[in-house]
Amino acid sequence: MVLNNIENLLEKYENGETSLKEEQQLKDYFSQETVAPHLEMYKPMFSYFLVSQKEQFTKQLPLETKKAFNFKWLSVAAVAVLMLSIYVFKPNNLGETTITDAEKVEINNAKEALAIMSKHFNKGTAQVGYLGVINKAGTQVDYLKEITNPMNRLFKR
Amino acid sequence: MTQLEFLNIVTPFKDKVFRLAKRLLVSREEAEDATQEVLIKLWKNKTKIKDYKNVEAFSMTMTKNFCYDKLKSKQAQNLKIVHSNYQDHSVSLQKEIELNDSIDWVGKIMESLPEQQKMVVQLRDIEQYDFKEIAIMLDMNETAIRVALSRARKTIREKLTNTHNYGVK
Repeated sequence: MVLNNIENLLEKYENGETSLKEEQQLKDYFSQETVAPHLEMYKPMFSYFLVSQKEQFTKQLPLETKKAFNFKWLSVAAVAVLMLSIYVFKPNNLGETTITDAEKVEINNAKEALAIMSKHFNKGTAQVGYLGVINKAGTQVDYLKEITNPMNRLFKR
Repeated sequence: MTQLEFLNIVTPFKDKVFRLAKRLLVSREEAEDATQEVLIKLWKNKTKIKDYKNVEAFSMTMTKNFCYDKLKSKQAQNLKIVHSNYQDHSVSLQKEIELNDSIDWVGKIMESLPEQQKMVVQLRDIEQYDFKEIAIMLDMNETAIRVALSRARKTIREKLTNTHNYGVK
């Protein structure tokens, strides 16, 4: 390659006027073993560009598709669990409410006993009703308070 | 869109996203995180991918913005010291790839460039996009890109000439 040409290209290059093709020419020239001595300082520059091109991104990309997937099926799972629990627990409840005959007799006995008790209690309260008269008498005795008024006046110092 | 379809779209340019992120954030780990973040964002908006005119350019713009935010929050928290720690670490990793000392030096010179110039050099000289694409990615006009590119190239050449002449490395 003509050295003159390279020098011209370098000038254009430094002014930012070279095309990609011309820049490739420069890169090719400076990747040679021997370069014109007065252009030697360009060599590391262009080889740096070539080396940097090769660096790669090696980290693994965590692209989680599971997240959206999970939410979709979460509701399905929830409904399934709900229905299952209803199915499992409902018969149990019914079993508890069924009553055997022996239990029915016991319940009836208990009811009768309670009825008798309440009847007697009611009787008792009816008899105690006349105590209300005492209250009435209490109000009638209220006028006695008026007696204290003149007494206060008498004993006033 | 299935995972496979998505990967088919993303695979051709995911390394470019990573390299741009690394150019801006310096540390390899941070660049990996940023790339992951950008690609996951794309994946989450996968239903809209068909509406994008140019998924690649769109992702590069996203990467640029994401890295800017990162850098900004770092500056806001005064975590510059942490950043230079990362540099140290990444240099040793870089050395695995870049065997030559002077090539390594170019990387350091690139680090000292302003962000915009870094990106322009990255996109043009390393990824070899044409100016039209870079204009879309960086939301700049083509003249501004040429100017930035020219400045960056001259700076790199000058610094290299200096070290070359004085033998300072």
